[in-house]
Amino acid sequence: MPLQLFLDLHSQPCRSVFLFAKVNNIPFEFKKVDLTAGQQYSDEFGKISIIRKVPVMRDGDFILTESVAILMYMVQKFGTPDHWYPADLRKRAQVNEYLSWQHMAMRLHASKVFWFRAMVPLITGAEVPKEKMDSAMEDLNSSLKFFEEKFLQDRPFIIGEKISLADLVAIVEIVQPVGTGLDVFKDRPKLSAWRERVKKELGPAVFDEAHEVIANVHNLRQAFEKNGMLELFKTKLQKLFN
Amino acid sequence: MPLEIYLDLFSQPCRSVYIFAKKNNIPFEFKKIRLFEGEQYQEEFGKINVLRKVPAIKDGDFTLAESVAIMIYLADKYGTPDHWYPADLQTRARVVEYLSWQHSAIRIHGSKIFWLKLMIPKILGTDVPKEKMDSALEDLDGSLRLFEEKFLQDKPFIAGQKISLADLVAIVEIMQPVGAGLDVFKDRPKLSAWRDRVRAEIGNDLFDEAHQNILGAQDMAKCIDSSKLEIFKPRILKLFL
Repeated sequence: MPLQLFLDLHSQPCRSVFLFAKVNNIPFEFKKVDLTAGQQYSDEFGKISIIRKVPVMRDGDFILTESVAILMYMVQKFGTPDHWYPADLRKRAQVNEYLSWQHMAMRLHASKVFWFRAMVPLITGAEVPKEKMDSAMEDLNSSLKFFEEKFLQDRPFIIGEKISLADLVAIVEIVQPVGTGLDVFKDRPKLSAWRERVKKELGPAVFDEAHEVIANVHNLRQAFEKNGMLELFKTKLQKLFN
Repeated sequence: MPLEIYLDLFSQPCRSVYIFAKKNNIPFEFKKIRLFEGEQYQEEFGKINVLRKVPAIKDGDFTLAESVAIMIYLADKYGTPDHWYPADLQTRARVVEYLSWQHSAIRIHGSKIFWLKLMIPKILGTDVPKEKMDSALEDLDGSLRLFEEKFLQDKPFIAGQKISLADLVAIVEIMQPVGAGLDVFKDRPKLSAWRDRVRAEIGNDLFDEAHQNILGAQDMAKCIDSSKLEIFKPRILKLFL
């Protein structure tokens, strides 16, 4: 029985898991969990994971959450090429360092900007107050600055000559706000060059396939509206504001 | 040249690294960084970690930040007992799963309580609106519930029969709000029993030594020179309030 991956490609961590499996030819069954329809709150999905988040992996009777854990599981189980998660102690540590830092930095900040731009106007009927938006942008800019100055520096990829899990996890987060019309790559030539290299390593076709749903915020808004999900996300947004 | 570990034991991730190194008899030089005095902003430390956070290590010419990365590095380098970071595929996955989830759950929720309940009102002298406090308590409660229901369940430790990095990282975070005067263990017998097991496995003396600062935080708050924290005020208020 192949792996089951419970995914919604609107979600950044779902994209990293999807891309990794595809690029490494890991056979899997794509089990769609439609976040725009609140499927993560269904009884059925609750039996898969009480945390009610995606991605989730099921390998036989073993269920695993958290994209970082899933990626590392796939590396170990399928013996993927070394560069993804090098055996070398220092290089591996550098990958782990990025994967750890990014949760409360790049991921958090890019997600917040995405939600503020994509969903808040739809739900509240008004733009996010300038002060809050400026603050969120400041955080995102700070994370992007640290990304370039500490994690990337003058290297082609985060740990050096080759792409690793760190670049994969980074790219899916960094592109999230782009579909809302915020070009984070504009005036960032180093970041843009890195993005091109990553896209090339993954393969442009599969990269574009993974990012299709998030490419235009209009589609996302339509989906939420159609599925009557706006009320549900009002609460989620209140928390984000805090 | 010995391993240098840059630490302030008020910081949860510093405690996990400290305990891990001590427990496994990993020789290191304790380089103290006093966070409340802004020592993380000194030029010297900027060369160790440009993120200006602790913990950080310097191993020869190699520097590394992030407690999870540091402990995995040390586990691999010093060949610590398997149970800390098991080689078995699925057991390891359980450990990594917890280490990943906790960043935006227990860690942030426990930290927030520490700042909202103690540091912000007592040291920065800023009022914390009741609704913010209630919301923060609700979040911590939710995380502790998930901790018990998903990560611990009926096992002695997160990964199963033995303690791992997951329990170590969990315990130091859960102790943080305790330092602010919130007894998270009250009315949580399962959590308390787990804490006792973890403390026994680590060693009571080492556990207590590592937590001395944080458990004395309320007393410290009474005599701290709050003017030193003025520079942090805007950042902290933005982060937590």
